Amino acid sequence: MSDNVQDQVIAIIAEQAMLEVEDVSLTASLADLGIDSLGLVESIFAIEEAFDIQVPFNANEPEKSDFDISSVAAIVAAVEGLVKAQS
Amino acid sequence: MRRVVITGAGTISALGSSVRETWEAMREGRCGIGALDIRDVERLSIRIGGQVTGYDAQVHFNRQQISLYDRYTQFALLAAREAIGQAGLTFTGDLAASTGVVLGTSGGGLTTQDENYRTVYEEGKNRVHPFVVPKLMNNAAAAHISMEHNLKGPSFTVATACASSNHAMGQAFNFIRHGMAQVMVTGGSESMLCFGGVKAWEGLRVMSRDACRPFSANRNGMVQGEGAGIFVFEDYHHAKARGAEILAEVIGVAMNSDASDIVMPSKISAERCIVSAMRDAQIDPSEVGYINAHGTGTAANDKTECAAVAGALGAHADKVMISSTKSMHGHLIGGTGAVELLACIMALREGVIAPTINYEEPDPECALDVVPNEAREADVSVVLSNAFAFGGMNAVLALRKAP
Repeated sequence: MSDNVQDQVIAIIAEQAMLEVEDVSLTASLADLGIDSLGLVESIFAIEEAFDIQVPFNANEPEKSDFDISSVAAIVAAVEGLVKAQS
Repeated sequence: MRRVVITGAGTISALGSSVRETWEAMREGRCGIGALDIRDVERLSIRIGGQVTGYDAQVHFNRQQISLYDRYTQFALLAAREAIGQAGLTFTGDLAASTGVVLGTSGGGLTTQDENYRTVYEEGKNRVHPFVVPKLMNNAAAAHISMEHNLKGPSFTVATACASSNHAMGQAFNFIRHGMAQVMVTGGSESMLCFGGVKAWEGLRVMSRDACRPFSANRNGMVQGEGAGIFVFEDYHHAKARGAEILAEVIGVAMNSDASDIVMPSKISAERCIVSAMRDAQIDPSEVGYINAHGTGTAANDKTECAAVAGALGAHADKVMISSTKSMHGHLIGGTGAVELLACIMALREGVIAPTINYEEPDPECALDVVPNEAREADVSVVLSNAFAFGGMNAVLALRKAP
């Protein structure tokens, strides 16, 4: 399941960034990948749709969100947590 | 160029159903934002708004009218009745032929669209009411005002999202200033507080779930409102000749475009718009006593706007009062500049500066005098009203005390 979440999240981010999946490293930030604030909101939407979860994210206070978006790995971990909480 | 004055004002919003009530609310720093009372609210994650409450369309309109008037049109008509009533004008002959209606709206008859999409998609019906199109049109409100008051001059609707009303009023101002009309009815109206309207905004993740706190460090987004503000703009000599009461003078406008990002504001462009408005009004920054901010309560707008004001006004930015009345009435999107113009007129006419309520924590990036929480008495002679819209389209108006 874990690998699956990671692969799916990376696929979503790669599509948003218009990159190949191989070019999305876990340590990269979304900004590193060229994803801006609108791209972030769109990625979160795609993640919610893919995993049927609600991601608590307000663009006005990203730092207050429990959803850590500081790197690809952090996003994967956050999604895993939400998927786990859901099941 | 002709001088342009305001001789009538009307409004309805979460703060009241007249200019008097609205000024009272602004003076008291009353918050019109509360729990949304709309169908399917339980399916929304954003459940607050500046809703017009206790409103009964049947008190104001008959059955045939209601079947043709979307809620945004009803609001516009009510505000227009108040404004034109105050101006004391009757439109016949040449005056009727040259007087037009220029309004701002963003969603137009969005509630009508929402209801009828439900009918066909959710309820699976294959028939809709025959008036859906004339009811949802973005120019319906302007059209019905023109019909109710016999206004046969240039009439149209401007849609520049959150700056629609300021663009509209700028157009009306220019019509009179350039001698193309003696009188124009202008302002804006919006009513997007329906399930689809709020759901769409929710998706952008810029809305607050609890309050609109412009300029406060703990602000967490915008809150939608609804309503209308309508004004009678008039050639100064025309108004003077008939002995009309003048509420304020419109002295300048500037409009520009960021040409950069569809949602993120631009400090440079906003600053350029403010500077251009002051130049158009032939005023020095030191004359500006109050600015009605766009002040949406989002992280991005408020810091960008404060930087733009600081850039445009230079050292005087530390002395000017700037407040966001969206903290009280919410963001009326295409109608917002019109309701906010009331705060500008109140400042000039009543000597009362409307506060930014819900202000809790200073933000070093918004280090201006934001008139926190309590209205203030002050004698100001020139004010600005900012509107910086999605799409990067900006419009700033400049007003002066009645001559």
